[in-house]
Amino acid sequence: MTDLIELFLRSAFVDNLALAYFLGMCTFLAVSKNVKTAMGLGVAVIVVQAITVPINQLILNLVLKEGAYFLKADLEFLSLICFIGVIAAMVQILEMFLDKFFPALYNTLGIFLPLITVNCAILGGTLFMQQREYSFPESCVFGVGSGFGWALAIVALAGIREKLKYSDIPHGLRGLGITFIIVGLMALGFQAFLGI
Amino acid sequence: MASKSSVKELILDPVFNNNPIALQILGICSALAVTTKLSTSLTMSIAVLAVTACSSAAVALIRDRIPSSIRIIVQMTIIASFVILVDQILKAFAFQLSKELSVFVGLIITNCIVMGRAEGFAMKNTASDSFWDGVGNGLGYSLILMVVGFFRELFGSGTLFGITVLPKKEIIDGVSQGWYEPNGLLLLSPSAFFIIGIFIWVLRTWKPDQVEEA
Repeated sequence: MTDLIELFLRSAFVDNLALAYFLGMCTFLAVSKNVKTAMGLGVAVIVVQAITVPINQLILNLVLKEGAYFLKADLEFLSLICFIGVIAAMVQILEMFLDKFFPALYNTLGIFLPLITVNCAILGGTLFMQQREYSFPESCVFGVGSGFGWALAIVALAGIREKLKYSDIPHGLRGLGITFIIVGLMALGFQAFLGI
Repeated sequence: MASKSSVKELILDPVFNNNPIALQILGICSALAVTTKLSTSLTMSIAVLAVTACSSAAVALIRDRIPSSIRIIVQMTIIASFVILVDQILKAFAFQLSKELSVFVGLIITNCIVMGRAEGFAMKNTASDSFWDGVGNGLGYSLILMVVGFFRELFGSGTLFGITVLPKKEIIDGVSQGWYEPNGLLLLSPSAFFIIGIFIWVLRTWKPDQVEEA
C-alpha cells in the first residue's frame, strides 16, 4: 500500500509529465491563458489518463506480449498502433458517455476532449507504463497520479499567465518567449520535490 | 500556393519564417526531453524528418480516397506505421540510442508537427509537394533541436557528440586538469525551456513581425 502511495506522489510531483518530461506541451502552452479553461482540460486529462493507462496495460499483457494469455505470438511491435487506437476510441466513448449522462461537464470540456487524443501526455503515460513494466494496480495509480500532476501544472501556469497581463515585458519576449521562461522556472521549482 | 511554390521555398520557409516550434508552438513535447546530448537530438531530428516527409507524402497520395469523417484515424494509422518502422530500425541498428530516446520515439505519433502537416498541407497538395513540405518542417524542427542540444551538451558536460571540447576541471593523480566547471543546471529539464525562450526572443527581435500581442 505504501508503495502505491509513493508511486502516486512520484508520478504527480517528481516525475511530473509536463514539467519533467515535457509531455503535452503543445496544449500546455496553448490552453493555459486562463484558469477556468485550464481547469477543464486538467480534469479531462485526469479522467482519460486514469482510464487509458490501465486498459492499455491489460491489452499489452493479455494480448500483445510474448506468451500472453490470448495470442501466443509476440506482437509487441504493434503496441504503438494499438495504444493510439485505444486512446482515440476511449476519448470517443467518453465523449458520448458524458454527452448522454453529464451534459454539464460535457459542455465545460467542449473542444478539449477530442484534442486529448493527440496530447502526448496521454500516450506518454502509456509508454512509460510499458517501459517501466507496471502491474495492473500500479498502472491505475500511475494513471491517476500523472494526470493529476499534469492538471496541477497547467492550472498553476494559467494562474501565473493571468497575472502576466499587468507586467511590462521586453517586446520580443512577449507571448511565447516569456511563457517558456516561466515554465522553466516552474520546472525548477518542481525539482525541489526530488527529495520526497 | 501548391503548384507555384518551388521546392526551395517549401523547404526554407518553415525553417526561418514559419518555424513549427518557435512560431506555431507545435511539437515541443518531444523536442525538449531528448536534447541533453547532441547525438540524441540528431537521431530524433532525423526520425521526425523521415516520419513527417513520408507520412505527408503517403497521406497526400490517398487524400482523395479518405472520407473526411474518419480522416484523423486514417492519418493516425499512417503516421503510427511509419513511427513503428523508425522504432524498429533504431532498435535494430542503434540499440543504445533507442534506449536513451526511450518513449520519445513512440511519441512522434502524437507530435503535432507530423499531424499538423498531414492535416494542414498534405490533404490539399500533391504528394511531391507534401514530401518537400514535410522535409522543410522536419528541418525547422531539427534546427531548434540542434541549437538546444548544442548549448546543453557544450555547457552541461563540456562535450560535443561525446568528444571533449571544454576539458572538465578535475583532479587526476593529485594533478589538477582542465579548467571548465560543468553547469549542471543545463542537464536538468528547466534549462531547455530557458534556451527555447531565449531562442524565440532572438528570432523575434530579428523578425519583429512574428511578435504576438499578448
